[in-house]
Amino acid sequence: MDIFTRGFRGRGRDSSGQLPPGQYLTNDFPVLSAGPTPRIPLDAWAFTITTELAESQQWSWAELMALPAESITANIHCVTRWSKLDTDWRGVSLDTLLADIETEADFALVNSYGGYSTNLPLEDLLDGKAWVAFEYEGEELAPEHGGPARLLVPHLYLWKSAKWVRGIDLMLQDSPGFWEQLGYHDYGDPWREQRYQGD
Amino acid sequence: MVERRRETETASTLVLEVPGWPGHLAGQHVDVRLTAPDGYQAARSYSLAAPTNGDRIEITVQRVPDGEVSSYLADEARNGDTVEVRGPVGGWFVWKPEDSAPVLLVAGGSGVVPLMAMIRSRDGVSAAPFRLIHSVRTPQDRIYDHELRSRATQGGGLDITFVYTRTAPAGETRSVGRITADDLIRYGWLPDLAPTCYVCGPTPFVETVADLLIDLGHNPTRIRTERFGPTGP
Repeated sequence: MDIFTRGFRGRGRDSSGQLPPGQYLTNDFPVLSAGPTPRIPLDAWAFTITTELAESQQWSWAELMALPAESITANIHCVTRWSKLDTDWRGVSLDTLLADIETEADFALVNSYGGYSTNLPLEDLLDGKAWVAFEYEGEELAPEHGGPARLLVPHLYLWKSAKWVRGIDLMLQDSPGFWEQLGYHDYGDPWREQRYQGD
Repeated sequence: MVERRRETETASTLVLEVPGWPGHLAGQHVDVRLTAPDGYQAARSYSLAAPTNGDRIEITVQRVPDGEVSSYLADEARNGDTVEVRGPVGGWFVWKPEDSAPVLLVAGGSGVVPLMAMIRSRDGVSAAPFRLIHSVRTPQDRIYDHELRSRATQGGGLDITFVYTRTAPAGETRSVGRITADDLIRYGWLPDLAPTCYVCGPTPFVETVADLLIDLGHNPTRIRTERFGPTGP
């Protein structure tokens, strides 16, 4: 049931079909973090993957930079309704990082410097769907956009692409992260408009 | 929509009656969706400007240049018009009366809206001292000007300071310019009082203020931010 809004015309119909429902295109790159931007010195930075058996593998910044990196062009969609098309990134694929990790886990809880967290199924991190990204548009990733490194999972709403990523816990059971605990959707597929719990 | 109040040249408060509204916390927002005759829809988020009041909610909309939704809401919508509302949304950038810590509110422009909901929700239910620092370009940009001044002079534990970045009123002692660490010390709370800090406004403003607060020694986990501003036409 649609309620028509008297006097509203709107503009900018998306005829390309590249925008998920309810999204609009922006040329800006908005920042919508819940708290201050953490500043992490590279010599203190580490990224850790921990399995359900508490076995972990860790990379320093130098070790991350030594891994094969990829260039990624992706459309990104924020739950607050803005989308950007064809954004360019550089990062290390989660397939590379998870290559030597043995796990029976189906779920991941991603945690960040500053306390942010977000959850997603492990399979959404695999098969070319996710990266630890450290460059945006050819430049070092700026702190307010998640630098030195953030998770990038473009097929889900951007709150799943945790900024200032510090590690991933692989878990047998799903556990809601920061926004998920505050009412946002557990999965967050922009094409099914899964913004809030119950969508 | 049941009522409109013009706050400044570019901002208006809309009072909406939403049957079955479940209530909300100060700081939360709603998603407002408009539908054009051809079915085209556009939605944006607006902070609630006032505390829970039965089925009535208030949003204050700042017209954004070329803003598709804001220009409709700020200028066109009339009493009797219907829009779709979803919410309340957001659970982090909220203040509850049970929080007894001093509260520092730092607003850039229309970032004052959710902070106003916090100020209004404090009436008669909390003695927590509040300090608001509101950065505006000119005196004409002061949303809620009259109400804020009247609240501040009532002596109920609310202090208000306006920081002008372009034009100040006659007699203003602070020189015109962006907010500084000195302003936060002079007009805010010192870190050893462990205040909860809410910073809201355009992203560059929020980044600057959050960094200043941390440099002054405020605990980053006690700083909550909400970033606004034009994110698209």
